[in-house]
Amino acid sequence: MDAGLLAQYVMNGLMLGTMYALVAVGFTLFFGVLDVIKFSHGDVLTVGGFTALATFVGLGALGIKSSPFVLLIMLIVAIVVTAALGMLIARYLVLPLRTAPPLNTLLATLMLGTVLREAVRLFYPQGANPKSFPALLPTDALTLGQFNLRLDNVLMLAAGAGVIVGLQLILNRTKLGLAIRAVAQDEETARSMGINYTAIVLVTFALGSALAAFAGIMNGLYYNEINFGTGLLLGVIGFAAAIVGGLGSIYGAILGGFLFAALQIIGAVMLPFASAYKDVFAFAVVIALMAWRPTGLIREKISERV
Amino acid sequence: MISKLNSGASMLACLMVVAAVATAEAKDKVKIGFIGPLTGGNSNIGLGGRNSVDLAVRLRNAQSSSKYDYELVALDDECKPNVAVQVATKMAADRAIIAAVTHYCSAAAIAAVEIYHRFGLPIVVWGAVLPDITYRNKYPEIHRVNGMMINQNNVNAELVSGLGYKTFAVIHDTTDYGKGHNQYFNQAITRKDGRIVGTFGVTADQQDFTAELTQIKALNPDVIYFAGLTPLAVRIRAQMDKLGVKSVFDGTSGIVSEAYIQGLGPLAEGTLAFLEGAPTEKLPGGKFFMENYTAQKYQNPPEVYGAFAYAGMDLILNTIEKVGPDRRKVIDDMARVKDRDSIVGKITFDDHGQNTVAVVTKYVVQDGKFVEWDESEYASGKRKLLVQR
Repeated sequence: MDAGLLAQYVMNGLMLGTMYALVAVGFTLFFGVLDVIKFSHGDVLTVGGFTALATFVGLGALGIKSSPFVLLIMLIVAIVVTAALGMLIARYLVLPLRTAPPLNTLLATLMLGTVLREAVRLFYPQGANPKSFPALLPTDALTLGQFNLRLDNVLMLAAGAGVIVGLQLILNRTKLGLAIRAVAQDEETARSMGINYTAIVLVTFALGSALAAFAGIMNGLYYNEINFGTGLLLGVIGFAAAIVGGLGSIYGAILGGFLFAALQIIGAVMLPFASAYKDVFAFAVVIALMAWRPTGLIREKISERV
Repeated sequence: MISKLNSGASMLACLMVVAAVATAEAKDKVKIGFIGPLTGGNSNIGLGGRNSVDLAVRLRNAQSSSKYDYELVALDDECKPNVAVQVATKMAADRAIIAAVTHYCSAAAIAAVEIYHRFGLPIVVWGAVLPDITYRNKYPEIHRVNGMMINQNNVNAELVSGLGYKTFAVIHDTTDYGKGHNQYFNQAITRKDGRIVGTFGVTADQQDFTAELTQIKALNPDVIYFAGLTPLAVRIRAQMDKLGVKSVFDGTSGIVSEAYIQGLGPLAEGTLAFLEGAPTEKLPGGKFFMENYTAQKYQNPPEVYGAFAYAGMDLILNTIEKVGPDRRKVIDDMARVKDRDSIVGKITFDDHGQNTVAVVTKYVVQDGKFVEWDESEYASGKRKLLVQR
């Protein structure tokens, strides 16, 4: 295979992997603190993307055109809105179901996801149609044979990596991170040590949802298109990535995200039959991996021993 | 003297009217049918079709030269296969009904085809586009005036090969729609000495096409042919730009929509697409049809397929006038329809009853609109497609 072509595939895979990893990290965060699976995560991402788009349209109406400034405002608004949404979901849906079987939380958030998705479809003007997402990053491109390296992709990759590193720093180097890890490890003990349990859960959900908003905007900038169903498949893939990596482990989620992206690319490029089966291939490998390592590739460090 | 003459003339006029009414009453009554979605999500198209058929019957009954007095029986298939089977059975079992214009929805039409064949009721499909309706079996009862996938892809292949394009990459969704188009485009372009360099099936909700498009970029085709619907088309076209793929984007009827333009903005420029039928006013008899339709003051517009329903009914009425109200004779005569003029252009049925010269409109996106190819600046040479040779 031509080196330029190979580089192009690697670049495509890195972009996909970053988005998957961002979503997977959200799943892992929620599972870490509350042991719940929040299936509406993908649709929160959609809400983030559409909030950003609405902000863009609003700013355009006000006559503000400067790309970096507009993008910054879009990021802030989308992150604030989804963080608030995440907290609302945690406070009024997930926490009340705390004592119910985990399956109920899973189902309730699954249904909430449908509500969010349909709300975007029905209430965003002509929300059923795919929407053009503005290209706000510089689109200069470097062409090396078959390889088309675009500056906006490089910037997004760097920003995605930065966000993941930032999250790591928050979790490992701050008091807030310490509290989140404490709650994740043992809720009772954390409470008795004076940690405000509810507040930590809400902050974690806000954090995870903000990541989704970031991924939503990145998705929009990368594809220059968003639609009400964007989050559905991303949610499923992010969840699968989190499981395969090892639910509860941040590194596992990142590894899972990039692994899934690599599998999809391999499925589309290497397999002799049509690319229609690339998702089938990727998910089949995930199933095989789950059978091989049921607790994920990277095991949660503290697993309950019975 | 003058007043006497006047009264004489008016008396004569009165007599003539009486005579006309008398002959009208003396005409035999002949029933013909219509089936379409009169309720539900597609009812606007169904009601437009019903009105158009009604118009054909009214115009015919108003002609003093017509031999019969026609009565229309209209039934509702709700666009559902199970309902279509019931109403088709009801209509076909009524021997008083000689022929019918039936079905807009492919799923309804394909379910009812067997019934028309079993009961020997000649029908003309007025809107459904699935090839199987006419081509799965060789039933003499079944005819279709509108075009379908095969016509569409023939027209497509003719245009792109005429523009000098030789190599094609195909992306199709894996539904019946996408697979069908892939098959017929493949046949049509191969006949035109075009070469398919790669075929990529994709799922109907896929988001990322960079892997497929990177492969296509390496194959460097003149044209990317896409068989699928708008959402996927928007993503693929946008991602083509991201990867610097410079091929012409050539779509099917599934992407002719406002949403395609909205989703892409300036990137939509130069996209090709094809649609069975044509805007009513552009059809050969479009003006005549619209004037008469408007004069009847129907509550709903005829919609895109109204003219086809009218043409189907008109064909049936012509045939009954010629051979008499007998299902068998109508079927035999309809098998010989060739180069027949109608408001939707010529009608020629092949041995499957399919109109082979059905109108297909070619479109290209120009300045944020789907413009008819022949009227576009691309056809006149003022603008060039990405790799127009």
